[in-house]
Amino acid sequence: MNRVVITGLGTVSPVGLSTASYWAALTAGQCGFGPPTIAAAERINTKIVSEVKGFVPADHFDSRQISYLDRVSQFGVVAAREAIGQSGLSFRDGLGERTAAIVGSGIGGQGTQDESFKRIYGENAARVNPLIIPRTMPNAPASQISMFFGIKGPTYAVSTACASATHSIGQAFHLVRSGAVTCAIAGGAEAQLTTGTVKAWEAMRILAPDTCRPFSRERKGMVLGEGAAILVLETLDHAAARGADILGEVVGFGMSADAGDLTAPDPDGMVRAMAAALADAALAPDAVDHVNAHGTGTTANDAAETAALHKTFGPHAARLAISSTKSMVGHALGAAGALEAVAAVMAVREGILPPTMNYLGPDPTCDLDYVPNEACRRPLRTALSNSFAFGGLNAVLAFSRFN
Amino acid sequence: MVDVANGVIELVSGKVRNRHGPLQMSDALETLGLESLDVLELTFAIEEKFNIEIPFNANTEFDFKTVGELVHAVEGLVAKKTASA
Repeated sequence: MNRVVITGLGTVSPVGLSTASYWAALTAGQCGFGPPTIAAAERINTKIVSEVKGFVPADHFDSRQISYLDRVSQFGVVAAREAIGQSGLSFRDGLGERTAAIVGSGIGGQGTQDESFKRIYGENAARVNPLIIPRTMPNAPASQISMFFGIKGPTYAVSTACASATHSIGQAFHLVRSGAVTCAIAGGAEAQLTTGTVKAWEAMRILAPDTCRPFSRERKGMVLGEGAAILVLETLDHAAARGADILGEVVGFGMSADAGDLTAPDPDGMVRAMAAALADAALAPDAVDHVNAHGTGTTANDAAETAALHKTFGPHAARLAISSTKSMVGHALGAAGALEAVAAVMAVREGILPPTMNYLGPDPTCDLDYVPNEACRRPLRTALSNSFAFGGLNAVLAFSRFN
Repeated sequence: MVDVANGVIELVSGKVRNRHGPLQMSDALETLGLESLDVLELTFAIEEKFNIEIPFNANTEFDFKTVGELVHAVEGLVAKKTASA
């Protein structure tokens, strides 16, 4: 089995359009929330979302490329370009055939679909753009990354709602570890902020009217976000042989399903996913220092996740530093797990814990250390990154500092 | 307003999981076996039937404890809408 290291990180987020600016914002506690600027925003009640700001497609693509790319694929390709650039990899000379591209998305090209349906049903349009299908398909980000960079090995999307990116990175990790491929481009992309989608979220009545304050008393729900993040994974042997800068190591991945409620979280399913990740990494619970939590800010998730952390870690739970970076970037669904993986890798590499912002004080159901409101420095060995999706699908990654 | 009460009771009855027989105004909603998605669907159905907006965030406690309180709240929202129409 190969050791699997990370040699590139790429990020498009509501608080920064590169990994460096994203990480600087997270450690400074900057929130990317604001009023929605999407089309027909007057039709929604939601006053606060987490949009990617200042993203100009023409800065990254020519007009012909833009016609093929929904916002979700634009985010994915731009994040991949940064990650691959940092890795220094070139996929010529056969490496592309030994490289995977696994990129998740919860709902794919939602902006394209929303616009098309508005024309068909709302405006009785006789015909629509011929590129709607390839722009909308949930595998569009994975396919576009494959085409832009010449990735010719296993390439597909994973769609597991809020866990899509975490499942994608985990699948990629196992492919590299087993030797099925030498390198992998893995992560997630989402561009869900359309009036149609936000209306649907409003109907679930779990969006916060004020802000996202995970694990805090008086938390009132989640804030919807968007973006993309991509990790470049490769075997340690390959990275070392070419003298690559190694940013961290993927050491474990665990998955489970609740087979219970459609939307309500289940601590037992979370425990089984975290335990599976620890077992996959051959890690004792007390080897973990940090958890980038799923931490959506809903009453139900944060209480269930806290209970699951207690059960998984026992007395060591009280020594974990638990951060919810959703308190700053919102919930980017199929990209969330990748944005959080980048945060976890950077935390371990730099020895800085990103804060859980907007924290007002303890809630009886959330009694652990959530790094409230201010980043702090601490030497870190290993971090977990948790994702727990609607449909009862759980995925957990373990990252270690590379030694 | 009798129509509002009957309409709300009919919609609640359709979601009750753990009892038989007619609903009473004094029945506590939490004893009727409604799960979280039942509450969401019920709220939606009431809003659709009476064309009103019920202020409810699932992260806070459901404001209405009994069938009667829910009926009363819907009657209030319907009256407010009629008055402003």
